[in-house]
Amino acid sequence: MENLKQKTEPATGASVQMTYLDALMQAQFEEMERDERVFLMGEDISVYGGDKLVERFGKNRVWNMPISEGSFTGLGIGAAINGSRPIVDLSIASFVYLASDQIINQAAKLRYMTGGQIDIPIVFRCCMFSVGSKAAQHADRPYPFFMNVPGLKIISPTSPADIKGLMKSAVRDGNPVLVFEDTRLWPLKGDVPTDPDFLVPIGKADIKREGTDVTLIAIAGAIRPTMEAVNALSAEGISVEVIDPRTLKPLDHQTFKKSVAKTGRLLIVENAHQVCNVGSEISAVMAEEAFDLLKKPILRVCAPDIHVPFSPALEKDFFPSKNDIIAAVRRLL
Amino acid sequence: MRQSKAGRIPGSFHASIGQEAAIVGACLALSDKDAMTGTHRSHGHPIGKGAHLDALMAELMGKEGGICKGRGGSMHLADKSVGIISESAIVGGGLPLAIGCAFSAKIRDIDQVTLCFFGDGAVNQGTFHESLNMASLWKLPVIFLCENNGYAISTSVAQSHGQPDIALRAGGYGMPGVTVDGQDVVAVFGAAAEAVRRARAGEGPTLIVANTYRFDEHNFGLVIPGQPYRPVEEVEAYKRDRDPIKLYRTHLLAEGLSEQQLADIEAEVTAAIKQAVQFALESPMPKPETLSDYMFNSPLVGHNSFAAGLERN
Repeated sequence: MENLKQKTEPATGASVQMTYLDALMQAQFEEMERDERVFLMGEDISVYGGDKLVERFGKNRVWNMPISEGSFTGLGIGAAINGSRPIVDLSIASFVYLASDQIINQAAKLRYMTGGQIDIPIVFRCCMFSVGSKAAQHADRPYPFFMNVPGLKIISPTSPADIKGLMKSAVRDGNPVLVFEDTRLWPLKGDVPTDPDFLVPIGKADIKREGTDVTLIAIAGAIRPTMEAVNALSAEGISVEVIDPRTLKPLDHQTFKKSVAKTGRLLIVENAHQVCNVGSEISAVMAEEAFDLLKKPILRVCAPDIHVPFSPALEKDFFPSKNDIIAAVRRLL
Repeated sequence: MRQSKAGRIPGSFHASIGQEAAIVGACLALSDKDAMTGTHRSHGHPIGKGAHLDALMAELMGKEGGICKGRGGSMHLADKSVGIISESAIVGGGLPLAIGCAFSAKIRDIDQVTLCFFGDGAVNQGTFHESLNMASLWKLPVIFLCENNGYAISTSVAQSHGQPDIALRAGGYGMPGVTVDGQDVVAVFGAAAEAVRRARAGEGPTLIVANTYRFDEHNFGLVIPGQPYRPVEEVEAYKRDRDPIKLYRTHLLAEGLSEQQLADIEAEVTAAIKQAVQFALESPMPKPETLSDYMFNSPLVGHNSFAAGLERN
């Protein structure tokens, strides 16, 4: 993948405990500190966590937007073309549909369509609030739509260190990058390197737990029930290798294949709906390129092709749970 | 058009013939460091902004020597070197980019005006409303230049605008709206120069509506069956009486230029176009192995191996 030389993860160095959300805010703070072209824009941005940024950088670097997702996203793209490096906060991931024309028809395509004359260094933040009775219009996980668009990079890290390192890589990347944060990860704590040049490369998966019996690729918020399930299975002596792709586009198929070569079994767990999701793509590539390594058919555990319901009684079992994942792993053995 | 007829220009071709005064008059009010966005019909616009004819013609033909290396084509003739940041074939798609360009200049305190071209059809897009609102809110140095040629393909302004006086819409966003004769290059220049002055002085955006006319069909070779959507007499009358180039010719003669001086200019233009066509014809087609070039600012190695047997990464 690109620019690996410049993007290395320090193996050692000082780190502090912080939440996923704090790590994300720190990444933005540090990048704004490092590069005065970086600015933040979004709706009610100084209310939801941006107050510290306004205090430090002033209102010229943190912009509150009117409710015009389509055009303020385009504004960010135009600013990026002209030399700024915007971070566009789209608040709630479902709002990205309003902005999708500008992201797909302009941000993703203009570099190619101008024969490389323009660069579009821009980051779009999409926060996925999937549970808590938000109902279908506020609960989407729309990353699969954008995976079908050439010219975009998509990240969806799950640990505090990864969100910090990948968010900083996204700001420095120089191409349009979409960040899909699962808000269920926001309160999770972890060690985060303090080095302001700590970067996690885009396009590189991470093995979150080594194992030998089954390869389990967990996407975004699905990592939480996955780790619960894997811990329970471990107590029974079942060894599951957990891979977090961290980047959804480009996917790190090499890491998946290496793991499948070891286990011969593949399960993909994610919160997107089942038709044409990340698991579909990984399954297709593994079938094309790693079929001989597989001892069992690939399995996917994901949200059904039904909208996210409002009522807690219906929402409770909607997304993949610890028990769903345990059952799927057992089927593969 | 001769090259298009001869099959040398692939795809759709949307000529801006008849709209030259609106284009050139507005572009002349800018300086080289100023920016511009265009539309699917922005053929003359890059010329007005100073782009090189050779690379433009080669782009129309999809050649390697094209300004966009054969990746954009006739609807996307951007030339960053002269400030053309994009031409959007999504109607209304360029308005947000234009305000973004102006926004970036403003927050970095750079003296740069952005000229945003769009047509009467784009006025009914949400991006028009949202972009004019934001431009006015933050007093962005941007000029909204509506080339009102009366028809969005076959749908007239009367058939699609609740308020057909487009300049009146500016009032709703707290900015001046000016209507000018878009066939009169001097009138367009005057309005654009005042809008540029306002923008540079920090007084914010202006909406200019240049009433103009498209002499050809929506795109070259298009035949719309049934009852004509615009009367044949209307088209003929515009071509006869309202051709902006003929009108300006008359104006220049009245100003004291001689027929010979004008003929010299015309000969110079003809020679430049011949040279551009020659350059374009001689430029090679892009090589198939360059398909993925320009996708990202550094290539994603191995990402595009999709054929059976090829390995990713």
